[in-house]
Amino acid sequence: MVERCDVAVIGAGPAGLAAARTAAGHGARVLLLDAQPRCGGQVWRHDVAHRAPHAARSAIRAVGGKVDWRPHHQVVAADGRRLLAETPEGAVAIEAAHVVLATGARELLLPFPGWTLPGVTGAGGLQALAKQGWPLAGKRVLVAGSGPLLLAAAATLRRHGAEVLGIHEQASAARVAAFAAQLWRWPARALQAARLRAALTGVPYRCGSFVRRAFGTTQLEGVELHDAHGTRQIACDHLAVGYGLVPNIELAALLGCALDHDTVHPRVQADELLRTSVPGVLAAGEAVGVAGLAAARIEGALAGHVAGGNEAAARALRPARVRARRFAALLARQFALDPRLRALADAGTIVCRCEDVPLAALDGCVDARSARLVARCGMGACQGRICGAALAELGRFPRGGLRRPPLFPARLATLAAFLQPTIPEIEP
Amino acid sequence: MTAHASVRLQVDGQPVEVPEGASVAAAVARVAPTRFRDSVHGAPRAPLCGMGVCFECRVRIDGRVQLRACMVPVREGMQVDTHG
Repeated sequence: MVERCDVAVIGAGPAGLAAARTAAGHGARVLLLDAQPRCGGQVWRHDVAHRAPHAARSAIRAVGGKVDWRPHHQVVAADGRRLLAETPEGAVAIEAAHVVLATGARELLLPFPGWTLPGVTGAGGLQALAKQGWPLAGKRVLVAGSGPLLLAAAATLRRHGAEVLGIHEQASAARVAAFAAQLWRWPARALQAARLRAALTGVPYRCGSFVRRAFGTTQLEGVELHDAHGTRQIACDHLAVGYGLVPNIELAALLGCALDHDTVHPRVQADELLRTSVPGVLAAGEAVGVAGLAAARIEGALAGHVAGGNEAAARALRPARVRARRFAALLARQFALDPRLRALADAGTIVCRCEDVPLAALDGCVDARSARLVARCGMGACQGRICGAALAELGRFPRGGLRRPPLFPARLATLAAFLQPTIPEIEP
Repeated sequence: MTAHASVRLQVDGQPVEVPEGASVAAAVARVAPTRFRDSVHGAPRAPLCGMGVCFECRVRIDGRVQLRACMVPVREGMQVDTHG
């Protein structure tokens, strides 16, 4: 089945919702796709037990009836600008005059001894699971890693009944204080931080503190924490640990969009109107560099104006975008990772969880390709999304990601549906 | 907290009741929270990312293998098997 539309928006988080709504407002026929069952993305993920924030509800309401919303649509391949999505009902090909990539970000998860134990999750990861209904009442949870996301995650976990033992931020107290001192420049952020602090009254927030090791036999039993005072062990049921976010650039790369490699984790290159290097393909939000919710919403609207043919309206949003983007620079500076975090994994620590590849197996591998060939590192179901970002952060194999379809494991029937009509086009 | 309708399903043959709109991962968490699947070397694995990226939560749902439990909402009467 081939679907045609004016604008296909990939990703229904804050950026994608804004792009879809804005483009539809210009009269465009818009398809909004997401692999998830509900819209909202990660930051506005549906919570089975609690009402969504007002902004999320109004953004989701705003696309209702105006765009063609397609949940459970996982884009797995592309040919030119034609996209192939896998759905529970079969394959769908999508042809659009404009594509807006609002693919968001994933969590940066770094390997350390014990991180494969059940009970160890990402910080945003456990937050997402809690919102899905994962039972946390009475569970002892330690939150660790870096960045403001830890506070948001901890607040959600507490609201779901978890006993949050503490939040362990790897950045120093001086860095965190410098961050907080700048927060007044973004009043919405400052207000959110104040609300989170209030929601987390009584939960210790420790800076310059990180998890060195998780222990347990068949599941997590506790962690070893390190800070300026030394090392100590603490018993817990869950460890929610995340080191910030990594842009999801895989689809952009598959479409041939140029990437910016000025940071450890590449981001989609886009001009001031969020046009990528591929004509007709725009990118908005975390995919063009992690900057948070405010920037994502502005950029989604900006890209929606461009895709809808109103460049003047898009240009009018540029100052707001620049201001929101400054927040990204502040985040990156004040929450820069302690180099010791890159040395937590020992020789036996699994780095590629899909294929059970220990760090030592990568000795002698000069790049990601040799790591795949020699050790199967990055060859599993996640296709290197977890270990690839981790190894790049560890200074191994930068720019090593796979750039070929399928982007996610797909059924053969899906790929067959895609290949049949395209083979004659490739070899006429 | 607000009141919600429940959905009943089976995980590894055991009946489970979870709120409507919950994911299969949340249902499995009530039966086998520490072993969604076995790693290639046989170690127990459970969800890591919660958002469909890591594939650690793969289970069998109504006979279909290798589905991400965190991406699938529960349905009445669903049959879920871990190690699938």
